[in-house]
Amino acid sequence: MTGGFLARRLLGTLIVLGLLSIGVFGLLYLAPGSVEQTLQGNRPASPETLAALRARYHLDDPVVVQYLRWLGGVLQGDFGTSIRTGVPVTEAIGSRLPLTLGLILYGTLLATLIGLPLGVIGAFRRGRAADRAAVVTSVAGMSAPPFAVGLVLLMAFAVYLQWFPVYGQGEGLADRLRHLTLPAAALAVGSAGLLVRFTRAALIRELDQDYLVFARARGLPTRLIVGYALRNSLIPILTALGLILTSTLAGTVLVEVTFALPGLGTLLVDSVTFKDMPVVQALALLLTLLISAVNLLVDVGYALADPRIRFGVSR
Amino acid sequence: MRRRLPGPAVLIALAVVAVAVVAALFGWLLVPDATRQDLATGITYPGTGHPLGTDELGRDVLRLLVAGARTAVLGALAVSAGSMLLGNLIGLPAGYLGGWTDTAAMRWADLMLSVPALLVAIVVAGTMGGGFWLAVAVLIVLFAPTDARVVRGAVLEQRTRPYVEAARLQNLSPWRIMSRHVWPNIVPVALANTFLNFAYALVSLASLSFLGLGVAAGSPDWGRTLSDNKGQLFANPWAAVAPGLAIIITAAAVTVVGDWLQERAEARRLAR
Repeated sequence: MTGGFLARRLLGTLIVLGLLSIGVFGLLYLAPGSVEQTLQGNRPASPETLAALRARYHLDDPVVVQYLRWLGGVLQGDFGTSIRTGVPVTEAIGSRLPLTLGLILYGTLLATLIGLPLGVIGAFRRGRAADRAAVVTSVAGMSAPPFAVGLVLLMAFAVYLQWFPVYGQGEGLADRLRHLTLPAAALAVGSAGLLVRFTRAALIRELDQDYLVFARARGLPTRLIVGYALRNSLIPILTALGLILTSTLAGTVLVEVTFALPGLGTLLVDSVTFKDMPVVQALALLLTLLISAVNLLVDVGYALADPRIRFGVSR
Repeated sequence: MRRRLPGPAVLIALAVVAVAVVAALFGWLLVPDATRQDLATGITYPGTGHPLGTDELGRDVLRLLVAGARTAVLGALAVSAGSMLLGNLIGLPAGYLGGWTDTAAMRWADLMLSVPALLVAIVVAGTMGGGFWLAVAVLIVLFAPTDARVVRGAVLEQRTRPYVEAARLQNLSPWRIMSRHVWPNIVPVALANTFLNFAYALVSLASLSFLGLGVAAGSPDWGRTLSDNKGQLFANPWAAVAPGLAIIITAAAVTVVGDWLQERAEARRLAR
């Protein structure tokens, strides 16, 4: 049964990825001007170089053949070379991937450490001052764009208090952590807000259940009650975590630009501005792949958390 | 059913939204020369004559803030209104007609929503060259699936009501029933969703402008002013932080009002 569920989800993910890959390939034709001009970049154009480009990128083939050829290259890990820098795309992405991944992990960790306890406190102190504070923090956090939060954090902690450096990514693990703390915090604010909202709502629903009312009435320690309630609220919390990871991917673009960090986000913005289409296509595909993977993992998580989903029992 | 009066938080939020909308509509009358440069003054800390200081080009930050509401707020309004219109056009027939119309519309929405809107907007708007109206158009298309889903859900709930059956028995055309009978009943739900979208549109549009893919360089716009001045944190941090705070506060206020509207729409639904 579990295998069937996984296979169905995997197939769905593959279909979505296939459709999105068509969109990603189509980006090349979305750029203003002809495709040759786009691929030419800022180099001087002559009829010969344009003809060479047409031949090199097989632009005279039908679009479907071009797409399949591109997809074939992509599946073998060949994304072409960057128009802007002349470096192979995989190399350009590989050298910047660790920073972005580190930033996302650090940010998600901070968000979980802040958001989960705040949501629990809000639910247990429902309607009281602590709850209202948690709700207001959550709304403000979810509404605030990461770049604006980043600037406010920079002003407070880097310019006035001088606890953290303003720019740079640091060397060595400790120094790097210090340099990435403000960017990760800027990323975490929105995610923490989302997590507070989902956790609080799920726990409140759960605390009203008979078994927990009874458990509390019997005087079981709060520690145990939180454990029971959290275990049964795992599904909405997993949903929140999935949303957080995907929205963090968009957030990291803004945060990296704000803090001038050389990660995938700044690479995406630079490439998009320059119309460096091979890099843009590769990044877009990588992002859709990451997002699909997260969504798939969340679904697998649902199945692990709730056997009814695993065995296809209707609720 | 007791009618819930807005609490203090909602009242404050309503006031903030009102101020932002007034600044967006009439700000240009108040500060017609907001972008006037004064290179001799250059960048200064807040002081007499300039409550929030000046930026690198000697422009008064407070004036820029008032003038910047225009594109930031009206652009977001255009996005949320446009996406509601498109979402209604898709969601109404999907919910009412059902069948393959519904399947096609919902699979399309699933696909669109499988990737974060802001990421797609950055890639697509950037590839197409950027610009304010392009950013607005791209965001409308990306936001419409959420509206379509909400509208569809509301329609599904309405279509089993007796009044729909009565209208059908009178042999009215499906389009007439949808637009004249069902639609007025889902307006509260759609409106609440539009307000929540408004906050998200404000943030997304500001993000695009911040990345240089929205309004043109030098325009007074919260996202753009922030990015123009983010390198001047030591000379006058307020030049970048003030527009940032304006975005955060306005978006939070709009969300609070939207949540309140949604609660009311929900309460009205349950009261029936």
